[in-house]
Amino acid sequence: MDVFERYEPLIDDFEAFLAACERPLPSVVRVNAIKTGVERAREALDAAGIGYEQPEWQPSLLRLETDRPGATWGSFSGWWYGQEEVSAIPAPVLDPRPGERVWAACGAPGSKAGHLAALMDDSGTLVANDRSLGRLSALRFNLERLGVTCAAVTNRDARNFSMQPFGFEVFDRTLVDAPCSCEGTIRKNPDALDDWSEGYLKNVSAIQCSILERAVQATRAGGTVVYSTCTFAPEENEAVLDSVLETETCRIVDFDLALDHDPGATEWRGEAFDPSVREAKRVYPHHNDTGGFFCAKLEVGE
Amino acid sequence: MTEETEADGSEAGESEVGADSEQENDGGRFDRLPETDKDRSVAGRPSREAVLDWWVDRYGVPRETFEGYTFWEKGSGKLWAFAGDLSSPIAIEGLGLTFLRVRQEHWKPTTNAVQRFGHRATHNVIEVSEGEARAFVAGYDQEIEWEGDWGYLIVARELAGEREPLGVGLYLYGELRSQVPKGRQRDL
Repeated sequence: MDVFERYEPLIDDFEAFLAACERPLPSVVRVNAIKTGVERAREALDAAGIGYEQPEWQPSLLRLETDRPGATWGSFSGWWYGQEEVSAIPAPVLDPRPGERVWAACGAPGSKAGHLAALMDDSGTLVANDRSLGRLSALRFNLERLGVTCAAVTNRDARNFSMQPFGFEVFDRTLVDAPCSCEGTIRKNPDALDDWSEGYLKNVSAIQCSILERAVQATRAGGTVVYSTCTFAPEENEAVLDSVLETETCRIVDFDLALDHDPGATEWRGEAFDPSVREAKRVYPHHNDTGGFFCAKLEVGE
Repeated sequence: MTEETEADGSEAGESEVGADSEQENDGGRFDRLPETDKDRSVAGRPSREAVLDWWVDRYGVPRETFEGYTFWEKGSGKLWAFAGDLSSPIAIEGLGLTFLRVRQEHWKPTTNAVQRFGHRATHNVIEVSEGEARAFVAGYDQEIEWEGDWGYLIVARELAGEREPLGVGLYLYGELRSQVPKGRQRDL
């Protein structure tokens, strides 16, 4: 975890941060409102003798006292979906409404796309895209298990995504849960940093900028774009926001997040970013005993 | 991971337009089902009416369950239910839920369709015990008594106070054969 030394200037209690990164993550599921309610999910867990607690910030989540949340009746029936607690952050920030046109630009393997569909009451059109054909089968499999019927699944490069198949020009809302260096998943994947390099950050950052630009272009004026990653590197977070503020007509807006978090970093290694990147949220593992996450909300301009 | 893994038919080679006036099914795109048999332009493609009638006749799932849904074919005999509408044809990878296999003598609903739409079924539903349900989701065939019709049944069990449809079983000669696709099977 030597890589993380570079983040010492950003993080208040750096020792606590490192210690948290060493601990395994609790097992968390999101209850899927398309198939059942939280009450019934709890009854099914009670009947199976599996203990749980409900994180206050997000009532659709349950922390389970089992190592195998997939080996449960609720999982088979698509009542819940095992995912990292922080991966339930971006969908409610995007706040899609039933009947809207929503784009999950990097949608596989489907935890956030499934969450978006549930928030849409499984109505409207959710275009769930992923560039990787291998990940696409996981996306389709997971959405179908969750009972999602409002999704159109595409296999395109989000950077030059075409609206041509759809017969409409723009989305109401877009989620860019970008491919990233995944530093924040270290508690789940202890080998997350094995291939880390500054060169990789540079490459992935260029891809992230292009995807976010396309997302803003493909979203209507007044619509919302949410940008999220599961990484700490400002190169992949605030620097990407700073870049899109320069190239596209949009602004970063504040949002509520009932988890402990830090604001976005306005400065990194001598580079200053647009001051509005402060409205983004950084969630560190030691804050709430979760994985790491970054999330920003943008409003598209005229 | 795979999704429904029942035989898919050969999707390749089906994209050529037939010599006569009726077109063939194109495995690379989704085509919306015709409203009625009269509107049909592709040979063998069932109409929306026929699909709605089938759910009523076979399981008693009322027609209004599918209000607002459009039905599509991609790949010969593989039907999808989408909660909305888009212009047809559309060449994308997925559209809603794979929900029914047709173009064979007995139509067969998918596991995911039965879980999503099977709650309102009134007949051809076999309720099994927890132990039988365990064997069913693990993919095993088992001998079970059943007085009703043979063929594709909705297999359900009681879960958290209500009947929960789990998937599809093929009932023949006193035996319930699990149709849960491999990728969907669980050892609970």
